Amino acid sequence: MDAITAEGLVKIYRTRKNEVRALDGIDLTVGEGTVLGLLGPNGAGKTTTVRILATLLKPDAGRATVAGFDVVRQAQQLRSVIGLSGQYAAVDENLTGRENLWMFGRLYQLSSADAKQRAGELLEQFDLSDAADRVVKTYSGGMRRRLDLGSALIGRPKLMFLDEPTTGLDPRSRLGMWEVIRGLVRDGATLLLTTQYLEEADELADTIAVVDRGKIIARGTSDELKSQVGGERIEVVVRRKEDISRAGEILARQDSTNPQVHSEEHTRRLSIATNGGANRLMQLMRDLAEAEIEIDDIGLHRPTLDDVFLSLTGHVADGPKPDAEAVSHAAAAARSEKPA
Amino acid sequence: MTSQAASRPNAGGGLAQALRDGYILMWRNLKRIPRIPELAIFAVLQSIMFVLLFAFVFGGAIPIAGGNYREYLMPGIFAQTIIFASATVSVGMAADMSQGIIDRFRSLPMARSAVLTGRTMAEVVYQGGILIVLMLSGLAVGWGVHTGIVEFLAGVALLLLFAFAMAWVGVWLGLSVPTVEVAQQVGFTVLFPITFISNVFVPVQTLPDFLRPVAEWNPTSTLTAATRLLWGNPTAADPRLPAATGFPAEQPILLTLIWVVVILAIFVPLAVRKYRSVSR
Repeated sequence: MDAITAEGLVKIYRTRKNEVRALDGIDLTVGEGTVLGLLGPNGAGKTTTVRILATLLKPDAGRATVAGFDVVRQAQQLRSVIGLSGQYAAVDENLTGRENLWMFGRLYQLSSADAKQRAGELLEQFDLSDAADRVVKTYSGGMRRRLDLGSALIGRPKLMFLDEPTTGLDPRSRLGMWEVIRGLVRDGATLLLTTQYLEEADELADTIAVVDRGKIIARGTSDELKSQVGGERIEVVVRRKEDISRAGEILARQDSTNPQVHSEEHTRRLSIATNGGANRLMQLMRDLAEAEIEIDDIGLHRPTLDDVFLSLTGHVADGPKPDAEAVSHAAAAARSEKPA
Repeated sequence: MTSQAASRPNAGGGLAQALRDGYILMWRNLKRIPRIPELAIFAVLQSIMFVLLFAFVFGGAIPIAGGNYREYLMPGIFAQTIIFASATVSVGMAADMSQGIIDRFRSLPMARSAVLTGRTMAEVVYQGGILIVLMLSGLAVGWGVHTGIVEFLAGVALLLLFAFAMAWVGVWLGLSVPTVEVAQQVGFTVLFPITFISNVFVPVQTLPDFLRPVAEWNPTSTLTAATRLLWGNPTAADPRLPAATGFPAEQPILLTLIWVVVILAIFVPLAVRKYRSVSR
C-alpha cells in the first residue's frame, strides 16, 4: 500500500499584483517503508508540497492521502501518525531540550510519563543528553536541528516529512544528520525528504522526484536520473593539440557501451561518459602514460543539481550552488576547475 | 518506529482534550517568564513609575473628595496595568507566529484552540503575579483595602476576568499584524488613549464635555470605579465639582461585567477565525 499519494496538487499564492502558481499539478506516491527525495531549487514548490501533505496548507486543487487519510477531510487523524521537521528549527527557544520534547509529546497526546520517557530516549539517541536541561537558546544550529528532528519523532510516527533537514548546516553536522536519518530508514520509517542537494538525495532516498516551477519534471532512482543526465564523465585535458585524436582513441576504448568521445580543439579537453568510476580513471591514466600523452588535468566529473536541471529543463537551477564537491581530481597537481 | 502499540496516541478529543492541551500551552507560556525575567521586571517597574509620577508629581494638583489621592490612584493603576496586558499578549502572539513553532503545533494532533487559550490563561496567571507586586507597592505608598475579604477577592476576580478578556484582544491583534514591531506600535497607540481618557488619574468631571461620556463608558473607567467601590477607596471627585451621574457611575460592577462579556463575544470568534485562516 502506498503511504503517500498525491494527484494534481495545485497551490496558488495570490498577492495584490499577481498570482504565483507555487504548485502546478504535483503527482507523487511514496511506498510504505521507502524514502522519496524531492529534489529542486529554492522556490520550486518542495516546501509547499510538504506543507500540504502535513496538513498545514490546503491545496487549491487536487487530492492527497497520507497513511490512508485525506489531507483535508481527515487532517486531525492524519496528524497523529506523522512527524514533521522543517528547515527552521521549530522548537521553543525559552524551554530546555527536555521540556520541548515533553511538551510536544503531551501535545501528541502521550501520557505525561510516556512523554517523559520518550524525551529521555530521544535526547540520548540524538546525543543531546548533556544539553538536555539547558535552554535551547544556548544550542548550536546543529543541536537545534537534532532537537527539531527529535521533536518530530516523539510520537513514533509511521511517516516523516523532513523539509531540507541539512540546509544551513556545516559539513560535519550534515554528516551527523545523514547518519541519524539513515538510522530512521533502517528502522523502517517512511520518509519524504526535500533537498537542494543531489548528493543528499542520492545518499538517503530510494527514489527521487525532481521538482521545478511547481511541477515534477523527472522521477526515478538516483541511477536512473544520473543516466538521464549522462552519469559520471571522465574529463581529460591534454597538453599538446596533436595528442587529441590519439587520446580520443584511448578514451573510446574505456567504455565499450558508449564510445562517444566529446572533444574540444581549442581547450584540448576530452570527455566521455563512464560508469566505471575511479577504477576506470586509474586505467585511463596508465594507458595515457603508456602512450606517452602528457596531460594537464584529468578528473571524474559527477553530475550536480545544475547538470540535472540543465539536461532536464535547459535552464540552470535558480537556487544557491550545491556545495558538494563537483569534481574530484585524480591528478595531484590539478588546477581548480569549475564544472560546466 | 516499529513499536505499534506505543505509537497509538490516546483517543479522546473534545473539551477534555482542549483543556488539557490549553493547560500544557499555558505551562509553556509561563515557563518563559523566569527565563526572560526582564519582561516581568519592566512590566512592574512601568506601573510603579506611574504610581510615583502621579502620586508625587500630579497628586497635589488633582482634587479628590475624602483626601488621599494615592488611595484614589491605585485601583486605576491596577486597571491600567491589566489593560496594557493585551499589548504583551499581542507581542507574544506575533512572535510565535513569526517562528516555526506554530507550524509544529499545527502539525500535531492537538486541540486547535490550545494555542490561544494557553496564551490567554497564562496571561491571567502572569497578571495575577504582577498584581500582587503592585498591591504591595500600593500598601507602601498609603493605599489600602477598607472592606472585607470577600469584597477584596471580588475586586481581584474582576481585574483578572478583565485581564482574560483583554488577552483575547491581544491574541487577535497579534495574529492580525505582520510583525512583532507592528504589534508593539499598535498596542501602545491604541492603549494610551484608552487608559488616559478615563477616571484612572483624574475625575471624569474635570474632562471637557465631549470627552466625558467617552471616559464614563470607557471600560478602564468602569473597572477602576468598580474596584474603588469594592475596596472602599475614594470614588467621588471633589464636592465642588458636579456629581457623576448616570448608569456608569451607578453600576460600575455590572457595567464592567457587561464589558467583559462584550469583549469576549467579539474577540474570541475573531481571534479563532484569524488563527484558522493563517497561512491556509
